[in-house]
Amino acid sequence: MVGGIGQIFAYQFMINAFAAGSIVAVTAGLIGWFMVLRRQSFTGHALAVVGFPGAAGATLLGIGAAWGYFGFCLAAALVIALLPRTTGQTRAEESAVTGTVQAFALASGFLFVSLYRGNLTSINALLFGSFLGISVAEVRTLLIICAVSLGVLAVIGRPLLFASVDREVASAAGVPVRAVGVIFLLLLGAAVAGAVQITGALLVFALLVAPAATAQAITTRPGLSLLLSSLIALAITWSALALAYVWPYPIGFFLTTLAFGVYLVARAISALRDRAGNAVRGRLGTSGAVGS
Amino acid sequence: MPQGAHITESRDDTAEQPAEQAVRTAADASGAATPDAAAGRVSRDTVSPDATSPDATGAATPDDAADAGSPTVELHDAAVRLGDRTLWSGVDLALAPGEFMAVLGPNGVGKTTLLRVVLGMLPISAGEVRVLGGRVGHANSRIGYLPQRRNFDSGVRIRGVDLVRLGLDGDRWGVPLPGMALLSRAKRAENEHVRDVIELVGATRFAERPIGEISGGEQQRLLIAQALVRDPALLLLDEPLNGLDLPSQAAITALISDISREQGIGVMMVAHDVNPLMGYLDQVAYVGDGRIVAGSPEDVITTEMLSRLYGTRVEVVRAADGRLAVLGQPEVRATCHGSECP
Repeated sequence: MVGGIGQIFAYQFMINAFAAGSIVAVTAGLIGWFMVLRRQSFTGHALAVVGFPGAAGATLLGIGAAWGYFGFCLAAALVIALLPRTTGQTRAEESAVTGTVQAFALASGFLFVSLYRGNLTSINALLFGSFLGISVAEVRTLLIICAVSLGVLAVIGRPLLFASVDREVASAAGVPVRAVGVIFLLLLGAAVAGAVQITGALLVFALLVAPAATAQAITTRPGLSLLLSSLIALAITWSALALAYVWPYPIGFFLTTLAFGVYLVARAISALRDRAGNAVRGRLGTSGAVGS
Repeated sequence: MPQGAHITESRDDTAEQPAEQAVRTAADASGAATPDAAAGRVSRDTVSPDATSPDATGAATPDDAADAGSPTVELHDAAVRLGDRTLWSGVDLALAPGEFMAVLGPNGVGKTTLLRVVLGMLPISAGEVRVLGGRVGHANSRIGYLPQRRNFDSGVRIRGVDLVRLGLDGDRWGVPLPGMALLSRAKRAENEHVRDVIELVGATRFAERPIGEISGGEQQRLLIAQALVRDPALLLLDEPLNGLDLPSQAAITALISDISREQGIGVMMVAHDVNPLMGYLDQVAYVGDGRIVAGSPEDVITTEMLSRLYGTRVEVVRAADGRLAVLGQPEVRATCHGSECP
């Protein structure tokens, strides 16, 4: 087995898989962090599912699945972002709309796969992830799109954080809250479209939610938390690729299981730490100081 | 006040908003060896644009000379319509620097609306509003705003100190780079300023904990710190005492009053009940029945005035210790529509 691992980079397809996986993991780790903070996980999942008919349709038309993912995910993000928003019970209504569209998207994707008369592996890959058959050109496309996305995120980062935790005060302070939200949804669309190509439409949370949630359980410092989130996503992706190379089981399973495991461990540690912290606070009464 | 895309910590709005840049404590400015934690006040001295060193002793001008003499907030014959309903009209009020005004009245009469008008988030349908010597909205970076509600639930994994910090720089484009505090003196000065403001509101003890895990009163102190962190000339507080126990209400009222007086900050505070505020107020603005009556507490909080405003018997009694109590204030808005309002 050690020999097997040693030869992992002897194959171009594995090099491509690692390159694509790394790009996607860092992007998903960072953008997913904001998604979790903004409680837009359901939207993120809906975008991934909408990507499925996009990829299936693109395959049917004979263009690369990647174009279908990016086209559909970004279009869906734009639609969700521009949905008229009235005050009041928007959240329930919004999730109802999103859920309905999501079901329709899954059904359409299923139809396209049937029309393609492809074998069952292609639908498996679209839904549950694959690391095979990523071309050098696709890696380059991913790199460009993800680099642009992260560049935009770097520019809007702090106002986005402000608008996410404290919308009304941010708005009063002059942050264009609505515009920042729309831009973020587009970034989320791009991140989802990238991540889906490794994780599949249904397991996108392995890279989008789990690393971010883990990082937020470990630390409350925004900068450190962001860094941790992308590192965890990267570590999960590399490990899953190595495992999927060695064992003949789907990469989606390895990704998701690792993500789940890391999250559980982090929650356990944080629960223990909180208990210890409370005990200390209880004993000392009031103490502590603001350090940075 | 975003001025363009900054990935790093630079800011180029110094010349426009000198007051915003004040990042020194009074203790630092005067060279005193012992920063007095009890006084703990943050100076609003301005820093000249080229004085990048936080320890520089020069060029401290008195507070906002441009505003001297002009009221902090001024409304002339102002009216607000929401849909086809006129909330209030013919409103005249003036708030001077350093004055503490309570905005009172039953639910749904437009107390929060008044704050939103001052912020420029809602247009008036008639009259005139001037804020900090200019049109509404022109000086929002010098207004500290604390909206109603805001309980952060336990899922919010952001420290109080981060929230205060966002109040200072959250509208700047870019992302803070980790470790900048070790390299940049301006950044260190900002950190110190955030710490001073947190100290000022007595929140040092819990500022490092996730905001969702501390009590309502503790959250409220940090939110006040957030509103204060830019050294505002005007504070707009929407029901900051809501949901707090009586000792916390008293402590926070005293704190706001002290800060207002010492630093010359005009304060408009929406409150549900005037009684905990008695003794601290320079002005009250009672909102009701399509009008707002503003003036000194002695003039406004009288049986005749409040009874006339609400069209029902409201009694003001003076307790043995000289404190006023308002009895029988209606809890719901008397029905009245648009122009039919008295």
